[in-house]
Amino acid sequence: MTTRHIVAVLVFSIVAVFFVFSALMIHPFGDPGSPDMDNHIIKNTQTEAGTNNGVTSVVFDYRGFDTLGEATILFTAVAGVMMIFRRKKR
Amino acid sequence: MSEMSKIVRTISNVIFPLITIFGLYVIAHGHLTPGGGFQGGAVVASGCIMLLAAYGSAWAFERIKEKRLTAFESLGAVWFIGVAFLGLFVGGIFFANFLVGLKLFDNFTLFGNIPVVGSTLADINTGGVLPLMNFAVGLKVIAGLFAVVLVMAYASSLKEWKK
Repeated sequence: MTTRHIVAVLVFSIVAVFFVFSALMIHPFGDPGSPDMDNHIIKNTQTEAGTNNGVTSVVFDYRGFDTLGEATILFTAVAGVMMIFRRKKR
Repeated sequence: MSEMSKIVRTISNVIFPLITIFGLYVIAHGHLTPGGGFQGGAVVASGCIMLLAAYGSAWAFERIKEKRLTAFESLGAVWFIGVAFLGLFVGGIFFANFLVGLKLFDNFTLFGNIPVVGSTLADINTGGVLPLMNFAVGLKVIAGLFAVVLVMAYASSLKEWKK
């Protein structure tokens, strides 16, 4: 057994301990820690955003900035692909 | 990609309008039912990709220019950010939902109706700026995804055409 194997086993066991402990400390299912924001959105999405679909109101209204980032990612990806695969000028 | 058999082409001709209508429905009802711009746009784009796979890239090369698709994608992005900045100028907050409850003319509201609180069937004229943003993102996703696959199909068949 070389030093490399010992280091690998050590790192693996440390990471495994971290994963097991974080799995043991997870919230019980259906019991969120602080549901204040959820309750606010569920109660007020029909009067504030005017939609029946709460998910869309979160995505485009309450967290609109996040969707702007997603759209920017899509735009950047398409721009990169077009740059690589563009037609050659003849 | 070369052209597929006549059976595949006919079946994809029949299915393509149905896929497109379903995707546009998902986009237009994004503020009422599950789904939205991203999901409906992916559905419509996959319908277009089905046509591309059935007819081959040589057929599409003469008819579709990918520059127009990227123009549509940029239009969707500008529309999205423009609606967000309108919220900044009219409502005071970036991404403010300024159309909810706003009466434009005498009794006409553009997506401004407020639904009854509770689990009800809302009409499509609700949601404020959310339907507008759904349309923008839908346009963006349709044009973007289809442009990516189209350009890759062109590039993969360049060697076949040179022979």
